[in-house]
Amino acid sequence: MVLLGTPNAESSRLYAMTVTEGDPSWAGALAGVALGLPVYHVMEEAVKTQVAPEVYEEHIALMEMVLEAADIAQAVQAVRAHTG
Amino acid sequence: MKLQGKKVIALGERDGVQGSALAACAQSAGAEVVLETTYCFV
Repeated sequence: MVLLGTPNAESSRLYAMTVTEGDPSWAGALAGVALGLPVYHVMEEAVKTQVAPEVYEEHIALMEMVLEAADIAQAVQAVRAHTG
Repeated sequence: MKLQGKKVIALGERDGVQGSALAACAQSAGAEVVLETTYCFV
């Protein structure tokens, strides 16, 4: 599976689409290549709840306060829902 | 979705969360990190 650390909803959507249905910009080597990999952002609840709390606190917590975690999670979830 | 026992590709970004941080999180959840990288778009 693919774990993302992207900083906003748009880049998260772009990365997620690239590793599932293929590069949506048709600019790179993965254009038209549907890898179909499961993709999650590290700040999604489904991931966060499985990470050791002290590790999450040390590496992610600060960025979570700065980034739009809800929008990012929604963008990645939308791509997963679209690709099944 | 369970991270335990999964093979993980960690795609970090300099302006977001770095690949090394993603790898640490994945490993703490019992996953195996097979690729870890941090992209930088400037």
